[in-house]
Amino acid sequence: MAATAGLVPAVEGIGLSRSYGGVRALNNAMFSALPGEVHALVGENGAGKSTLIKILGGRVRADTGTVRIMGEQMSFSSPHEAHRAGARTVFQELTLLPWMTVAENLLLGRPVRNRLALIDRAGTERAADQMLGTLGVTHIDPRALVEEISLAERQVVEIVRAITQDAKILFLDEPTSSLVEREVEWLFGQIRRLRAAGTSIIFTSHRWHEIRNIADRITVFRAGKEVGTYTELDEDHAVTLMTDRRVDALYPARSVLQAPTPALEVRRLTGAGVAGASLTLHKGEVLGMGGLAGHGHRELFFMLFGAARATGGAVTLDGRPVRLSNPRAAIRAGIALVPEDRKSEGLLLSIGVRENLTLSILRRVSRWGVIAKRQEQVLCRHMSDRLKIRAAGLGARVGALSGGNQQKVLLGRWLLADCRILLLYDVTRGVDVATKHEIYDLIMRLAGQGKAILFYSSEAEELAHLAHRVLVMREGRIAAELSGEALTAERIVAAAVRDHHAV
Amino acid sequence: MPSEALAGSLAPAVKARRRPLAHLLMQNAPVLLSLLMLAVSLFLYVAIFLATQHHLPGGFEITTTVNNTMPLAAAAAGQSLVVLTRGIDLSVGGIIDMSNAIAAVTLQDSAGSMILATMMILLIGAAAGLVNGLLVAVGRLQPILVTLATLSIYQGIAIRILPQPGGSIPQSYTAILANTNGPWSLVYVVLLCALWWAFRRSGLGVAILAIGNDPVAASSNGINVLRARIMAYVLAGILAAAGGLFLAASATGGDATTGDSFTLRSIVAIVLGGVSLFGGRGSAIGGVIGAFIITMIVNLLFFAHVNQLYESFFEGVFLLIAVVAASGIGYLARRRA
Repeated sequence: MAATAGLVPAVEGIGLSRSYGGVRALNNAMFSALPGEVHALVGENGAGKSTLIKILGGRVRADTGTVRIMGEQMSFSSPHEAHRAGARTVFQELTLLPWMTVAENLLLGRPVRNRLALIDRAGTERAADQMLGTLGVTHIDPRALVEEISLAERQVVEIVRAITQDAKILFLDEPTSSLVEREVEWLFGQIRRLRAAGTSIIFTSHRWHEIRNIADRITVFRAGKEVGTYTELDEDHAVTLMTDRRVDALYPARSVLQAPTPALEVRRLTGAGVAGASLTLHKGEVLGMGGLAGHGHRELFFMLFGAARATGGAVTLDGRPVRLSNPRAAIRAGIALVPEDRKSEGLLLSIGVRENLTLSILRRVSRWGVIAKRQEQVLCRHMSDRLKIRAAGLGARVGALSGGNQQKVLLGRWLLADCRILLLYDVTRGVDVATKHEIYDLIMRLAGQGKAILFYSSEAEELAHLAHRVLVMREGRIAAELSGEALTAERIVAAAVRDHHAV
Repeated sequence: MPSEALAGSLAPAVKARRRPLAHLLMQNAPVLLSLLMLAVSLFLYVAIFLATQHHLPGGFEITTTVNNTMPLAAAAAGQSLVVLTRGIDLSVGGIIDMSNAIAAVTLQDSAGSMILATMMILLIGAAAGLVNGLLVAVGRLQPILVTLATLSIYQGIAIRILPQPGGSIPQSYTAILANTNGPWSLVYVVLLCALWWAFRRSGLGVAILAIGNDPVAASSNGINVLRARIMAYVLAGILAAAGGLFLAASATGGDATTGDSFTLRSIVAIVLGGVSLFGGRGSAIGGVIGAFIITMIVNLLFFAHVNQLYESFFEGVFLLIAVVAASGIGYLARRRA
């Protein structure tokens, strides 16, 4: 933005510090954003972005430091007070009430009342319908319960609620993490409109192309403090600033494929969401899976892990047919799944890294039914080093680790259990760039050691750089296979959206 | 459409709207399910009554059923408010004991006395609920522990007030709250339901539901969590005290221990009525329906000549069947949706 000098910042944080337990989440940090600008906050997970937004949005109090809104000093003790000062936040953890309707949620703070001063249901629904309609959202029924709509739709509702409140300052903490392309386009349209109206928009994202697309300025955070604010910043430079170490290339070189030996063969697998998918995964291969969300990838992955029922088709492992009727059977056969939502699928958050790592191999580390502590320790130490798990120690609660490190713990468990087929489902979603880099490295090393890896990602860029081949799924079928020269992000996206007739 | 919509539309060409009937069925499934259970238990009751008495239940049966249910219906309505906030109120039985005992020793046969005593008893119920609410909300103590303790305390107070069963309830008081000449108490059933209907549309009602949905999100939305949580216990206290009055009126005398069984029965009633023990889902109307289901089951066992000692055994069996059926139907509904 050019003419920014002399403007009063819409929001300012001066010398903000905040500790959780003994951990300093924010350390004397400075931040300011101007009216009418879109300001991106970037940094590794745990760099303090979310804490900063929570403080500025009134959700948590700073231990020390000052918050100013429009030049006026604030001391928020609740989000409600921040709302009154004109600051609205879309938090990463959504704040919709699941068993109330979309309409009730949208109008929670400003109820539509009838003559008896009671809340008018019909009026609430009409008002909600209008709010959604004005913003071009007509696919969400205001009368539906929040639990009935999808995660992406909830995100949209949350955003609608925030931007229809005439906020002067809008904080969006990873607003796009559960949105698909079209919804991101919609959100950016709204952001541009609000910016033109003078709203100050502060957002975080791990997707660089989004930041490039919409941000006027970028502030980099590292270890609880700002590194600097930039109007121009390329990705490699940003990663270097975020990590304070030189990253030569985000993506490692592909491992060399040996003579292809099929490890996993899937023939016409059918079930809920999957309509006859066939594929062959080779030893040492990273087989990418691309396509739009909701086209059967998730279902396919869960079927291969025995966590969803297949109604037809066959799976062979090293040439022998296998029945994957439950995850235990899959793990015994050497198939492991790392899903994107490790919170609800696989890890026990309240216990330690060590216990999580050895959960599937308890028999192996036990003698006479009792866990042999020393042997367990050695195995875990080794795995933790190999995967570069960053934790306060092997005893640290998994729930306290960052998302990327939780992924590594789950992956480590499967490696200890000698799984040879790794199903990685969108494992880098919501993971910061530096940790992504480590995960990419890890994928390549594992492939180099002969593991067969099926890798779904919602980011075509990742697939294009990491996979040896990419299969694109559409409507539950494998719609295209890309390899060699044809393997580009553009081709993956094109194959994902093209309808049958146009092929 | 205003030009703002041009900023980008998310619209597929069609609007996503469920048909009104399907919508109604889906969103009121728990209450409809408990109505269904009520219908089934009513049918069984009528069948057994017919088989053993050789005629259909008449006015007398309807009147006793309603009068016998009112104490539990009121207590269950109160219990549902607390459970909606993710809490639980075990002291309901103790408050009923207190209210019952005080009614037996204070009520005189004059309009003034009756009004005054009633108000006082309801206020005492409110105070008892306030103690629970303050300890839970301000003291940040576990509801189950707090109300377990206050249950014993309130029971003790009740025994102190009325050491032996006795006292007397004026006939005119019985005629108002538990008239034996006709099912006039249905008025109170309707009143309870109407109160819930209005409450659900009040700021406090929404706040209580919101807390049960997600306390953090509720506070982020500007809801005064502390106040709403305390009020849930206060209202539960008032409703439990009202339950004690109904009990005293229908028993025409006081007994400082008859309220004890209401603690667990009120919880059973709200579960049968489709209130989620995890909070945030359900209604007081469900609690009232649940109370009627329990009375039906008790009647059923009576006319089936089941020994009273086995009553709780069969109540337990019915509860299990009901819970399994409810979750089974819920599962099927979700699979179809």
